[in-house]
Amino acid sequence: MYPEYMQDSLKKVVASRNRRFEVAKSGKPVFPPMTADEREEVLTKFHPDYKQEARRKVRLGPNKGESITTEVADMLESHSRIKPDMFDLDNPDYETDLLIVGGGGAGCAAAIVAMQNGVKSIISTKLRLGDANSMMSQGGMQAAVKPQDSPTRHYLDAIGGGHFDNKPDLVRALTEDGPEVVKWLEDLGVVWDKLEDASLQALHGGGTSRKRMLSARDYTGAIIMRTLMDEVRNNPKKISVLEFMPTVELIMDGRGRCAGGILYNIETEEYFVVKAKATIIATGGYGRLHIRGFDTTNHYGATGDGLIMAYRAGAKLMYMDSVQYHPTGSVFPEQIAGFLITEKIRGAGGQPLNKFGELFVFPREPRDVESSAIIRECVERNNGIITPSGRVGVWLDSPLIEMLQGDGYINKQFPAMHRQFIRYGIDITTEPMLIYPSLHYQNGGIEINERCESNIPGLYVAGEASGGVHGRNRLMGNSVLDYNVFGRRSGYHAAEYAKNVKLGRPTLAHILAYEKELKEAGIKTDLIAPILLPSYTPEVVRKRQLTAHYEGTLR
Amino acid sequence: MATKKAVNKQTPKKGTRKAAEVKLVTVYIMGKGYRVPADATIMGAIEYAGYQMKRGAGCREGFCGACATVYRLPGDYKIYTGLACTTLVEEGMWLSQLPATPAHKSLYDINKIKPDVATIQMLYPEVFRCVACNTCTKACPQDLEVMDYIQAAKRGDIEAVMDLSFDCVMCGLCAIRCPAEIVQFNVGLLAKRLYGKYLAPKSPELEKRIKELKKRKYDKEYNELMSAKKDELKKKYYDRDME
Repeated sequence: MYPEYMQDSLKKVVASRNRRFEVAKSGKPVFPPMTADEREEVLTKFHPDYKQEARRKVRLGPNKGESITTEVADMLESHSRIKPDMFDLDNPDYETDLLIVGGGGAGCAAAIVAMQNGVKSIISTKLRLGDANSMMSQGGMQAAVKPQDSPTRHYLDAIGGGHFDNKPDLVRALTEDGPEVVKWLEDLGVVWDKLEDASLQALHGGGTSRKRMLSARDYTGAIIMRTLMDEVRNNPKKISVLEFMPTVELIMDGRGRCAGGILYNIETEEYFVVKAKATIIATGGYGRLHIRGFDTTNHYGATGDGLIMAYRAGAKLMYMDSVQYHPTGSVFPEQIAGFLITEKIRGAGGQPLNKFGELFVFPREPRDVESSAIIRECVERNNGIITPSGRVGVWLDSPLIEMLQGDGYINKQFPAMHRQFIRYGIDITTEPMLIYPSLHYQNGGIEINERCESNIPGLYVAGEASGGVHGRNRLMGNSVLDYNVFGRRSGYHAAEYAKNVKLGRPTLAHILAYEKELKEAGIKTDLIAPILLPSYTPEVVRKRQLTAHYEGTLR
Repeated sequence: MATKKAVNKQTPKKGTRKAAEVKLVTVYIMGKGYRVPADATIMGAIEYAGYQMKRGAGCREGFCGACATVYRLPGDYKIYTGLACTTLVEEGMWLSQLPATPAHKSLYDINKIKPDVATIQMLYPEVFRCVACNTCTKACPQDLEVMDYIQAAKRGDIEAVMDLSFDCVMCGLCAIRCPAEIVQFNVGLLAKRLYGKYLAPKSPELEKRIKELKKRKYDKEYNELMSAKKDELKKKYYDRDME
């Protein structure tokens, strides 16, 4: 239920709705899309990445001297959890062809394809299998399957949305594999939204020039993730799943090749040595670092673990100066602050409105542009609505969708969103939502090529942990596609590599070297990474946690 | 709520609520009483009390099913169920999390089974023990008609099972309450996979596009785009027409 003081503004939303409906129905743009110059201006003035403190130079490692997101630089300038001398690497606890770090969409897709290519794998995952951002994507997956669309048009949309910084080979792989991925997932049993003539339902997303967003109601990620998980679980002899056992460091051989990892049981606090011929990092993103203090749409374990362990081993990062804020995170009620409100809402005709009930931006700009425009409307123009706890946001008019698409459309297409709000007495079929940008996605990551190879032989990367695919801004629906396309590719190429490689003696010398480099750079820090889990313990409790010699686990 | 109150530095600063102004309630977390904010979710309350969660937390937005919780309220004999991330605390609530549900999952090769009642009989025969008590439906934090989809499974109506179980988050609360010891959520997942693979009508457009790609129809266009200079690419992008 919205508080009394918001009712005036809500009335203005209702008052303008019929007029906005007529324009939307006419098929003309409901608000003029921005030109290149206008985009540039709103980004540099209002996107959080452009604030002075948002970036700093990292002082060691392969990207030394490069300006990157401050919180990421802090994480890279950290100590390891382990003392390398304490490990007997010659007597590993597990031996496998392929170690997959991360049990989300990319990790599961990689394990399935590796299995189909005759290679066994271990999936090491911090929480449960499928506890990943993959599970949470609601709106959909882009793939150019419509006759009026083409994979090359998808390429142009993606590279323009990424400000032309994307690596061309990766964008080609992403867009060219798209249709095949749709079929592969359907053959595994994913239930896509279809029209009456059996064709796939496709909607617009931010930055798409053709309707290309395929979906499974608004549980798209959940349906795909659970299908992939089920397939993994159906094959326990070929894929071993180690839950609550994240990988915390990589193991190398004497010739600079990746040779497995050190795993940590977060419940018993034991460490395990895994020897593997090839390793895939599929650890996802870093939303739980709460960059610039933002709330996040990300799952509990999204702490960027893969970045730091690969970086210590010498892997190069790319575009780590760029953070994605999803334009529409929830800001009211307080209990769901930061939660994702799918872009499919705008794809279906939902409109962002200021406190006067008026549009101030084209609803489907690329995400960074849309977010910046919302921040401008609230911060510079003071046209936002303040919540009782002091947050600010703008309306996202969902009832308009029912007018455009027909009664019952929201219940059918957005069951998760409807459920999320009805719990708090807000019916999104008749009332708008209050939204503000929320920390959503790690645009950059470990640099890969179209075979998912990093610069370290035997180390592959797929999904959000990788960098280059999306340039400095990812479009909606390209991350679900990304983890499928590159999950599959990494599984295939890592399997082929694992069949032939002969590894040398395992070593953790790179950990010692990194510690030395920290010291030489004069970096003093008590941060230990991978961070594994964020802490939400209140200050008052922390002040009483006074154990003198507390070792192990997370704190 | 006790999750990190991330104050967005670009928004007007949030009113700092003093401890005294926050309305508190008492909840019993696994039997031990704690004072927590009255408007907290169960997950927020557990963290406010000082627990570092390892199990029982996943997506924190109601999609992953990691945080199944059972609770009782004072003066009420009933057992209630909910997801810790989306259920609010109440005065006197006595709660315990069920972060994992012991549940069997049948192994199968999706390519070798059929979308019919025989598959249900083979993989989840206990479905036929359903006594239609509706306890599963009452336990579902997503308000799904769980019993109805189990009845549909008994009839071999795979489409109905898919449709009714579509929003299932696999938290396990139905299975733990079921007197017939059915694992409803795994039956739902099986039916969804069977429907998607065998019963959903196939898209001719998709098959056509895949054939085009196999014949390398787009190679020339890709090569042009990939070798284009940034200025040309920019022009193409901003000039492109919109559907």
